[in-house]
Amino acid sequence: MNRLLKTREIWLALAILAVIVLVTFRFPRFSQPANLLTIFNDTSILMMLALGQMAVILTRSIDLSMASNLALTGMVVAMVNAAFPMIPIPLLILGCILVGAALGAFNGILVWKLDIPSIVVTLGTLTIFRGLVFIISGGAWVNAAQMSPAFIQLQRGSFLGLPILSYFAIAVAILVYILMTRTPQGRAFYAIGVNPTAAVYTGIDVGRTKFLAFVLSGAISGLAGYLWISRYVIASVEVASGYELTIIAACVIGGVSIAGGIGTVAGALLGALFLGVVNNALPVIGVSPFWQMAVSGAAILIAVILNARGESRKGRIILKKAEVAA
Amino acid sequence: MTDTTASGRRLPDRLDTPLKSAVRSWETLLVLVAIGIFIANSIASPYFLNAWSLSDMTFNFTEKALIALAMALVIITGEIDLSVASIIALASTLMGLVLNQFGAPTPVLVLVGILTGLACGAFNGWLVTGLKLPSIVVTIGTMSLFRGIAFIILGDQSYGGYPRDFAWFGQGYVWWVISFELVLFLVAAVIFYVLLHHTNFGRRVFAIGNNATAAQFSGVRVDRIKFVLFCLTGLMSGITAVLLTARLGSTRPSIAQGFELDVITMVVLGGVSILGGAGSIIGVVLAALIIGLVTFGLGLLNVPGIVMTIFTGTLLIIVIALPILWNMWKARQA
Repeated sequence: MNRLLKTREIWLALAILAVIVLVTFRFPRFSQPANLLTIFNDTSILMMLALGQMAVILTRSIDLSMASNLALTGMVVAMVNAAFPMIPIPLLILGCILVGAALGAFNGILVWKLDIPSIVVTLGTLTIFRGLVFIISGGAWVNAAQMSPAFIQLQRGSFLGLPILSYFAIAVAILVYILMTRTPQGRAFYAIGVNPTAAVYTGIDVGRTKFLAFVLSGAISGLAGYLWISRYVIASVEVASGYELTIIAACVIGGVSIAGGIGTVAGALLGALFLGVVNNALPVIGVSPFWQMAVSGAAILIAVILNARGESRKGRIILKKAEVAA
Repeated sequence: MTDTTASGRRLPDRLDTPLKSAVRSWETLLVLVAIGIFIANSIASPYFLNAWSLSDMTFNFTEKALIALAMALVIITGEIDLSVASIIALASTLMGLVLNQFGAPTPVLVLVGILTGLACGAFNGWLVTGLKLPSIVVTIGTMSLFRGIAFIILGDQSYGGYPRDFAWFGQGYVWWVISFELVLFLVAAVIFYVLLHHTNFGRRVFAIGNNATAAQFSGVRVDRIKFVLFCLTGLMSGITAVLLTARLGSTRPSIAQGFELDVITMVVLGGVSILGGAGSIIGVVLAALIIGLVTFGLGLLNVPGIVMTIFTGTLLIIVIALPILWNMWKARQA
């Protein structure tokens, strides 16, 4: 099983390499380290979000509200920064993570305590969060002139040749990796995805675990809110509109099973990188950016067809169904 | 879709009497909500209670509701189709293409729209039943693919210049204030009602949603029925593409963006279980009416569209949460 997962990620890495090599044949400069680092940096936000979404999908749930959460948290932090430029940026980032986590916790509570299917809850909060962006901003934009220089410049600084934004992605990836592979909580995400009944018998609270997955995806969305706003230097109602599906696409391409329990940090990262590389390569080889959407759609379908082969789980049910504790 | 097996449904020892179950049914709750919103609208705006206003109101939901009828069946079988809005975009784009390239007459336009929808639905159905892939992922993929093709064809351009007799499908009235769209929706609702609640096919749809394996062993051709339902959803999306294109009079690749979430909201609000196995067409029709009333009423009060989405989102969560809270409260009393 483990070997199988490893090969899947190797295949995806090879696919990414193949795209890079093919483009390099026509445009040698594409594979220069500087350009590859740019692509990595461009994909940083998507990689983080994909990791948050993965935690939720592992528990057999789905979070459609991530992009709206990002937009709402981003608008909040932009307005706070515009009104009180003296607040230090690290404090603002902490605030973003907390606001995002609180929004995620709202999703999580409804899933945990009321047992409403996550797709219904997050479908609702998807519209509610984005509507709130309009209400708090009155439909107005917060633009570059209103944001403080430190707010905009923080992620543009670089350290050892890599932009700070990339370090955010690396840090989130390391933290999620440790959480998923080295802590009981991380294993619980997998356990309730693979077999919720068995998880109940081993003493895992299914509802609480789902709740924590939503808090995690919310916190990452919040962090991404700040990074997105300070990167594109505009906060508006339309920020990241429709992006929730790109995040899910990255997970699916990365081999995260929508049925829960299967998925790795490396896979989700590679899935996001694949989309990033393809989106960067298309304009380079002279394909109109209007092809992007169809290409990523085709990539999702191919990925899911390939992944479905290794996914059929075999196993015997020894215990009868447990009533899943609410 | 994702947590279908977490807990089984319990069968009650004794069924409620017909009257009691009718009073406590989801549909009754929806009727009360609809009446409440209707009254609130009448009080809030002097322009609401007027035949033409109410007629305009129906345009807010008929197109989405047409798809919701078919989507309800798909969701009852435990699947989902997120690609419906993208099917509309592709169908509308192809209609514009045949009009602008070949000057196709109205009947051909309508045929192209409907057949495109049907073909897209069949493609979804083949991926889900033929290749055994999870529908939520498949339709997220085809959602990008179908609209992506529309973007490839149209880019940042738009198609216009639809013939006048074509516009009738979206703007025409059959009699007085009764629009063609409304009549089509009512006819479709009756057909879907009979199909789901009074035919063998409908019983099989419920059987699949409650236990696909048991249904399979009972001789229900699960895959074939699911395939037909995806085709049906595609077909309804194609029909909606005709109506929407005719009403707007132009096609952009971004047409009907976000429709899929509104359609699913209608279906879930209508009492269809997102886990499959339960639901009714009457509930979906009522939910469509409620969403139409809410958005139109708020529109009369000059509430911006984005704020309306808060109301529909909140309505969705509250209407789902209330019965659950009520049952929890009752369980605590007992």
